Amino acid sequence: MFKKFLWLEWKAFTRAASLGTNIALKILMGLVALYFIGVFLALGIGVYFVIDEHLHQDPLVVINKFMIYYMAMDLVMRVMLQKIPIINIRPLLVLPIKRSTIVNFALAKTFVSFFTIMHVFFFVPFSIVLIMKGYDPLGVALWWVAMWAMIYCNNLLNILINNKDSLFIGFIVLILALGGLQYYGIYDITLVTGVYYQSLFSTYYVFIIPVVVLIGLWVFTHKYFIKKLYLDTGLKGKNEIAETQDFKWLNRFGSMAVFLKNDIKLILRNKRSKTTVIMSVLFIFYGLLFYTGGIEVYDNQPMKVFASIFVTGGFLLTFGQFVPSWDSAYYPLMMSQNIQYREYIASKWWLMVIGTVVSAVLASFYLYFGIEIYLMILAGAVFNIGVNSLLVLLGGAFVKTPIDLTSSKQAFGDKKAFNIKTFIISLPKMLVPIALFVIGNYISGPLMGYGFIAGTGLLGLIFRNAAFRAIERIYKAEKYSTLSAYKQKN
Amino acid sequence: MIEVNNLRKTYNGTTVLNIGHLQIEQGESFGLVGNNGAGKTTLFSLLLDLIEPSAGQVAINGIQVNKSEAWKPLVSAFLDETFLIGYLTPEEYFYFIGELRGQNKASVDALLHKHEDFFNGEILKNKKYLRDLSKGNQKKVGIVATLIGNPQVVILDEPFANLDPTTQFRLKKIIKDLADDKNVTVLVSSHDLAHTTEVSNRIVAMHKGEIVKDIKTSAETLKELEEFFAV
Repeated sequence: MFKKFLWLEWKAFTRAASLGTNIALKILMGLVALYFIGVFLALGIGVYFVIDEHLHQDPLVVINKFMIYYMAMDLVMRVMLQKIPIINIRPLLVLPIKRSTIVNFALAKTFVSFFTIMHVFFFVPFSIVLIMKGYDPLGVALWWVAMWAMIYCNNLLNILINNKDSLFIGFIVLILALGGLQYYGIYDITLVTGVYYQSLFSTYYVFIIPVVVLIGLWVFTHKYFIKKLYLDTGLKGKNEIAETQDFKWLNRFGSMAVFLKNDIKLILRNKRSKTTVIMSVLFIFYGLLFYTGGIEVYDNQPMKVFASIFVTGGFLLTFGQFVPSWDSAYYPLMMSQNIQYREYIASKWWLMVIGTVVSAVLASFYLYFGIEIYLMILAGAVFNIGVNSLLVLLGGAFVKTPIDLTSSKQAFGDKKAFNIKTFIISLPKMLVPIALFVIGNYISGPLMGYGFIAGTGLLGLIFRNAAFRAIERIYKAEKYSTLSAYKQKN
Repeated sequence: MIEVNNLRKTYNGTTVLNIGHLQIEQGESFGLVGNNGAGKTTLFSLLLDLIEPSAGQVAINGIQVNKSEAWKPLVSAFLDETFLIGYLTPEEYFYFIGELRGQNKASVDALLHKHEDFFNGEILKNKKYLRDLSKGNQKKVGIVATLIGNPQVVILDEPFANLDPTTQFRLKKIIKDLADDKNVTVLVSSHDLAHTTEVSNRIVAMHKGEIVKDIKTSAETLKELEEFFAV
């Protein structure tokens, strides 16, 4: 049965209209994956010797001490970036397939993810080094089993978190709180967890705990989704009580108001788009990693510039990248109505500008780290408004992946607005301001660097109309292929 | 009003539509019948410039549809549910279309009031988004939305499908009223020969992408069509 499912998946991939962009992105993602594999491999082989030589402590004890952060990071990365695969469940329901098999397949599919496989490249070489260095082989094997069970737990937790907004927010708060406590030296959680992780190796029975937790989680998740496999529960989602809203205050935007109102409703009434707002709030705090100087590799000017683009650009990146895909479900309507492309594009642009300005205002708490940091953020905001907003619109015209807004209401739906794909197509937008900063900084110092970034942003604003015209031409040229790509739903 | 010349659509070497010449006059009520795959929806999509013609051209009111967009204010259409915006309430959707077509709220309200019968109390003020309505009710919304803004050409693909018998009667009345207006050209496609002959004064039958019959509706039309399709 699983073979049949895999066959369906393969067909869905190779026959997708967006295959071309899919393959290009997959290649890019492959390169990123190779990079991480390299890093993990190097870490797995080298970490033992590095700790042994420089710290003169038992490497396994040190690793176990920090293992809680390793696992937490894994979960954070998954929650932020791992795309939950969607399988088209409806047509399978009435076929002679057990519901349990369908759920098992859907769950199993999430395990075959780079985010899981990646860890092999750390744990395998590290375990081999341990055994070669004379650690008890059985202990190492049990430690390995326990680690693996915990990584699988993370995978299941991610699926559950993905399905519940409250869990998602709770999880983020918990991570921030623990990190904060440790950072300010109030409470060090590694003192407790280090002992636990070490006992996975030193005793022959503690490993049962993670394995039992994994089994429990699997059963729970399995039951959770079996219950959702009915047309009127998980596969449909509840009917919300709908209120007709007018948003009169937007009328001041003139003829564009009609689109702005629609876009705001789009964002507020669909889960997938609602997460763009959550993500943009999270991105505001992303800068903390950089500006506090807590992480050494981030503690330099170019990296801080990099962060400043993200702080105000969260909404722009998560929402803007997928214009016009957000409207994919009713694109034929948009194309046959009396709609000026210019107004349509301008309305999306204003929405991103509003998002960026609001983020910049909210980010004013960074003044705590000094006026220079906030100047950097403001320069980033100007650059986002002037240049990146146009770049995302330009790129979006080529991203022809339909967004099925209703699928987000389903059990295995696509609820995240941000995933590794979004991240990779965002990267070039960060590199230009870094380059500008480095040049300005080289000529006369950091302030000149910020000036260069903001100046380029202003230049972008001046050429806005020309850019709109260029984007409009692309929309027209791509019209038919976009329409046919949107016809396919995932 | 609508002129089609040497229009051809080919997918990977298979020709799915091939029309030498078709002229639809202003005020005509045009019925398009044919089996599955006859090319009805393809023709409508080409008229609306939603797919690219492999050869030939379509002109509405003298404007070639894939060269200029000036025909858009004249035309309204409902082909399928991709013409609906799922996360809006029906009212919001009507006002949205109204604004795009330069109508104020009052005139949209007046139109909705006129069609309250057709809605059968299941559409307006129901606190539901369009995505949560049944297929039939979604269709009612789509059809009424095409009447907003006094379009000169109304294109409806399979409007009778999915509708209950009562609503089918009411829809026939709406289309007939439209057809009586000499400024409005109505294009309706259907599998249902009886419905089509009832509302159209000209019927074109398609088979495998080509026009095989083009008749003025008369008392014998239904019989003639039934004989043609009974194989």
